[in-house]
Amino acid sequence: MQMTLKIRRFNPEKDAEPWWGEYQFEAEPTDRLLDALNHVKWYLDGTLTYRRSCAHGVCGSDAMLINGRNGLACKLLLKNLGSRITVEPMRGFRVIKDLLVDMEFFFDKYRAIKPYLITNSPEPDQERLQSPEDREKFDDTTKCILCGACTTACPSFWANPDYVGPAAIVNAHRFIFDSRDEGKEERLDIMNSTEGVWRCRTIFNCVEACPRGINVTRAIGEVKKALLFRKA
Amino acid sequence: MVHRYDALIIGAGGAGLMAALQLSSHGRVAAISKLYPTRSHTGAAQGGIGAALGNHEEDHWEWHMFDTVKGSDYLADQDAVEILCREAIETVYDLEHWGLPFSRTPEGKIAQRPFGGHTREFGKAPVRRSCYAADRTGHMILQTMYQQCLKNQVHFYDEYHVLDLLIEQGRCAGVVALCLATGELHTFHAKAVVFATGGCGRMFSVTSNAHALTGDGMGVVLRRGIPLEDMEFFQFHPTGIYKMGILLSEAARGEGSVLRNKNGERFMERYAPTLLDLAPRDMVSRAIYREIREGRGIGGKNYVHLDMTHLGREVLDMKLPDITDFVRTYLGIEPAKELIPVQPTAHYAMGGIPTDNDGRVVIDEKHTPLPGLYAAGETACVSVHGANRLGTNSLVDILVFGRRSGRHAARFIKENDLPPLSAKPEERSREIIARLLSSQGQERGADIRESLQNEMMDKASVFRDAGTLMAMREKLKEIRDRYANVKIEDRGAKYNTQLLEIFELGILIDLADVLVEGALARQESRGAHSREDFPKRDDANFLKHTLAYLGPRGIQLAYKPVTVTRFEPKERKY
Ligand SMILES: Cc1cc2nc3c(=O)[nH]c(=O)nc-3n(C[C@H](O)[C@H](O)[C@H](O)COP(=O)(O)OP(=O)(O)OC[C@H]3O[C@@H](n4cnc5c(N)ncnc54)[C@H](O)[C@@H]3O)c2cc1C
Ligand code: SF4
Ligand code: FES
Repeated sequence: MQMTLKIRRFNPEKDAEPWWGEYQFEAEPTDRLLDALNHVKWYLDGTLTYRRSCAHGVCGSDAMLINGRNGLACKLLLKNLGSRITVEPMRGFRVIKDLLVDMEFFFDKYRAIKPYLITNSPEPDQERLQSPEDREKFDDTTKCILCGACTTACPSFWANPDYVGPAAIVNAHRFIFDSRDEGKEERLDIMNSTEGVWRCRTIFNCVEACPRGINVTRAIGEVKKALLFRKA
Repeated sequence: MVHRYDALIIGAGGAGLMAALQLSSHGRVAAISKLYPTRSHTGAAQGGIGAALGNHEEDHWEWHMFDTVKGSDYLADQDAVEILCREAIETVYDLEHWGLPFSRTPEGKIAQRPFGGHTREFGKAPVRRSCYAADRTGHMILQTMYQQCLKNQVHFYDEYHVLDLLIEQGRCAGVVALCLATGELHTFHAKAVVFATGGCGRMFSVTSNAHALTGDGMGVVLRRGIPLEDMEFFQFHPTGIYKMGILLSEAARGEGSVLRNKNGERFMERYAPTLLDLAPRDMVSRAIYREIREGRGIGGKNYVHLDMTHLGREVLDMKLPDITDFVRTYLGIEPAKELIPVQPTAHYAMGGIPTDNDGRVVIDEKHTPLPGLYAAGETACVSVHGANRLGTNSLVDILVFGRRSGRHAARFIKENDLPPLSAKPEERSREIIARLLSSQGQERGADIRESLQNEMMDKASVFRDAGTLMAMREKLKEIRDRYANVKIEDRGAKYNTQLLEIFELGILIDLADVLVEGALARQESRGAHSREDFPKRDDANFLKHTLAYLGPRGIQLAYKPVTVTRFEPKERKY
């Protein structure tokens, strides 16, 4: 199919302002958007810059704003996006070059929720037991690949960049609901702070954005409930 | 800019993170990675990590060892395999203690599933040995290891691309890396360096490997006079999505999927009557190619079908959710109802940087270590996989030998001072970058890469012979000439990803040379190396490891013996 790809470009070494690049070429309808970006970079304009690695939706490198919605370029096929596609960097993070944004800010929020199992009791020689039912309670939130699509789709985050954001809450959930974790109280305190979970206004953009199909709003709701339950 | 550390870890996949975790409490340590750690390809691993826990049925590390040795077509070093299979068990328990969310049995233990080539009682029948977290085991390992490194305050240099290894007076002295954000070169001066830079599947056109898997670590040390071991053994996984190469884990067959040709026949019955679809990968990939050659590919094309239709939606959604999603997303097919087109996909480098059982890089036939230099994971060759790796054994390898190299390096940095550093450590990297940035060449890097990948697929993949390999040798000369004339459009400093893609291409060309020369010299068929002009394994002449050096006149080969302890080489049948 004949494609037109409109890409928001910005190279701070050269450009005073962002600008739109338009690229036309032949592509297969079953190609990924990432294949199309690669085509532009490899054959039309070698300066185009973005992150990518796995090319099948598991590493979280290439989240971007695609036709106005967040998604992974490697998980969307051209035939489902149409023959004119607009691509921009994710909103709310500093743009470094073209589609590549500063992720440090995002990882700081992740690190702030103590994203590791906290235990005090002695470890058994073999595995700790966990029932399939207990394992299921946090299954959804273990899938997060830290792509940033949810956080940068969130109006509450745009309004207040100090808000920890949905991705960090998803990862807090992953531990709060793990029967093996003994750091629940510390993490709930972080979630209860002014920049914590209460800033969520249940707008649902995050659920729509998540390329891993995580029910982000439900996870946030469960964390809120855990806090209310604790207070009661 | 010069940084000083006690130890450096290059690469933040499973192997690098494990080494970093071991070293973190023993000195000033930094992990350098060209990707954010959580983007590493360990996260793509699906099916599981092998360990004889025996959670469903009787199992023993000795059985695991036998399977690994036999799977390797007897080329693995058996002392190393023994370590692998014994330490696999404690490693999996450690992962669980660190929080890895394994799938569970009804009693709450770690769940296990069958996998290719893993058997009970020395080959009698498949055994459930692969410990898994749905079909996202690698993702969970990568996340868990990164989390532990954060907890233990490992210092990360994210998005730094290592270009060169520094060797001073016979000791490893550090590395030079390019900071992607600024384009500046940084010298990292250290007592010990662990390379954990992963594989090089991007040498081939159809691959399960990430764009970033360009074998940098192997190439960088090769260019500094260190040999690479057994690079002619490259694994093709039988079930990549047709044309795209995206992997559909062996876990699919572990859960009961079968391969079918155009007649709907379950053809593995003819090739491996006992293990059928769960025979080792080299055999299944060859069987698929034979079916295709004999006209039984689907619609006369280069693929066969993977049939998951009888598993039912529930099993697919519970146990294989990610690969089910890949099939739906990329093929628009419902795997519970339709057959999936698959073809062998370039998957795993059995070869790599030669090491001993403590991860020390050994640079010759006499196993002489290069003090301070370590390697672990897919970039290394211990060798535990020999001529063909069994599924689930790479995740074991990266963690067991990542840990051993970290532990040994921790001792090394206590006992040694910083080595001297030459006056201009960055000179060589600066030259490479300057040459590429000022190139007036006209050859597009993408065209050169495409030729390399297509030719390698055609001439040096599942089947090879002297004719195809000689032709590939000639092609590589042509490709090298074109590379000397490569075109650059981005001459900027910040995030110059074109520059780095071209650097990576240069590495891939070097590694292709090594693969082809090793494959030409090895006049036998063993594991993944299948020479049609020498169809039999030849233990009298080739029960030995290849060492390939990059000399002034190209690749030079040497050999070293295989360590055989418990299991004498036998004919390999399944
Ligand atoms: C799709 C897929 C599924 C798999 N499934 C399984 C499975 O079920 N079981 C199993 O046992 N094995 C499996 N494997 C194999 C296994 O996942 C890999 O072999 C293993 O994860 C490699 O880990 P690693 O730590 O060596 O390298 P990687 O995880 O690839 O990490 C490499 C690291 O090196 C860094 N790096 C590379 N070059 C440079 C440079 N120049 N400078 C700085 N940093 C650099 C990267 O940024 C990255 O952090 C699978 C492989 C694939 C592709
Ligand atoms: S929750 Fe989903 S969208 Fe958010 S960071 Fe994780 S994977 Fe990305
Ligand atoms: S490239 Fe890995 S998620 Fe898209």
